[in-house]
Amino acid sequence: MTDQLPNNVKYSKDHEWAKVEGKTATVGISFFAQDQLGDIVYVELPAVGKELKAGEEFGVVESVKSVSSLLAPVSGKVVAINEELNNTAQLVNQDPYGKGWIIKIEMSAPDEANALLSDEDYKSLLETK
Amino acid sequence: MLKKTPLYEQHIKLGAKMVPFAGWEMPVSYKSIIEEHNAVRSAAGIFDIGHMGLIKIEGEDSLTLIQKTTTNDASKLKWFEGQYSIMCNESGGAIDDVFVYCLPAFHLIICNASNADKVLSWLKKQAKAFKQAGVGVYENYSLLAVQGTEAEKVVSKALNVSLAELKHNHCLCWRDIIISRTGYTGEDGFELVVAKTEIEKIWQAFIKEGVQPCGLGARDTLRLEAGYPLYGHEYDDDTTPLEAGYGWAVKLDKNDFIGKAGLVKEKQTGLKKKLVGVEPEGRMIPRAGDVVFDEQGKKSIGKITSGTFSPTLKIPIALAYLETNQAKEGDSLQIGIRGKKAAAKVVAKAFYKR
Repeated sequence: MTDQLPNNVKYSKDHEWAKVEGKTATVGISFFAQDQLGDIVYVELPAVGKELKAGEEFGVVESVKSVSSLLAPVSGKVVAINEELNNTAQLVNQDPYGKGWIIKIEMSAPDEANALLSDEDYKSLLETK
Repeated sequence: MLKKTPLYEQHIKLGAKMVPFAGWEMPVSYKSIIEEHNAVRSAAGIFDIGHMGLIKIEGEDSLTLIQKTTTNDASKLKWFEGQYSIMCNESGGAIDDVFVYCLPAFHLIICNASNADKVLSWLKKQAKAFKQAGVGVYENYSLLAVQGTEAEKVVSKALNVSLAELKHNHCLCWRDIIISRTGYTGEDGFELVVAKTEIEKIWQAFIKEGVQPCGLGARDTLRLEAGYPLYGHEYDDDTTPLEAGYGWAVKLDKNDFIGKAGLVKEKQTGLKKKLVGVEPEGRMIPRAGDVVFDEQGKKSIGKITSGTFSPTLKIPIALAYLETNQAKEGDSLQIGIRGKKAAAKVVAKAFYKR
């Protein structure tokens, strides 16, 4: 489970990942998170333009068995949502770090990204689970 | 310390995700709940249900004890027939919902894992009133279920037994296995009582035939699509079988049984709540405990007891207890889901019928 950790993204303790390119962070949930949830059937997405604070709930992901909040790993404005997920939420299971991305945030405080976990730190966190 | 069924090692070998359930360590899924669910609806799946309680009642008074402690009429059972029944407390609330088999040498009761100890001690307590009623765990045996549209074919083949003539709710003994045409999925299927020493071999025979192993996750979505109750959700000590919609399994015309007075009274004064199916609009999934409101979303009229995403219908589905006068099929209502309200309709409990 921990061997599927790309090192070009940062992780939050709540199991979201953020891939930072310039001022934009693409956000999704980790392999571990989707595996824990099981079959994902619905992702509730925020409206484009919504302002988020780091740690704020921006949506939910529903699996057959349970529901889980999505928390913004960084502050900023939602500039894109993955509309593919409206019809194929299972992309989050199939490709959590790729086609299963959830939102893009234009960061208002890019330094926040430095406080996120590296793949090594996130791996250590998972090993305590 | 969690208990393990005799098939525990098989689940680990198959890479199942294990979870604690009613004191047991059980597989929740092997690969995907939806795929396991669909296997049952389109072919066949095999379930380890060795966590369920198996109780043997023997002696001349076994039938009388069962008649006293369950709501259905077990005197109607011939050898190798079974029936769904409810064990009630004095006020008519459900101690458990059970399946009763009449076998030549004894009666066998299958009860929920979460209630196995409670049912056993209740039966032992009631048995004291009779001279010849021995109650004990049927301890050398465990249970598995093979369910699905192809269940008859795969069980016949794997065990080399002919099942075409076996009727629903009937069973037969083949070698040392009780094969019963019953299930909890809304599909055709069989439940097998197998010696603990033999059950790994039997399980492997089905896996070799390509039967999909299914975990508790699929078991829950399948039973919910079929509208079947699960103790702890649709039943508890304060909920009667009449409220749950199982009046057909309550035979008020048979001799006195525990809970009868309460049920008779409830029938006269009317039910306070009623179990219904609920189909929300939109895609938010109601979950157990969510509050149900009237059409205007103002007044609380009940509670969701189980909710999931239906893999067959591809929509959210739920069961709920509602105030009886608000529980007509077609009635509009709202469900409070995570601080929001979702419009919904009352529907029949059986979301899926084969």
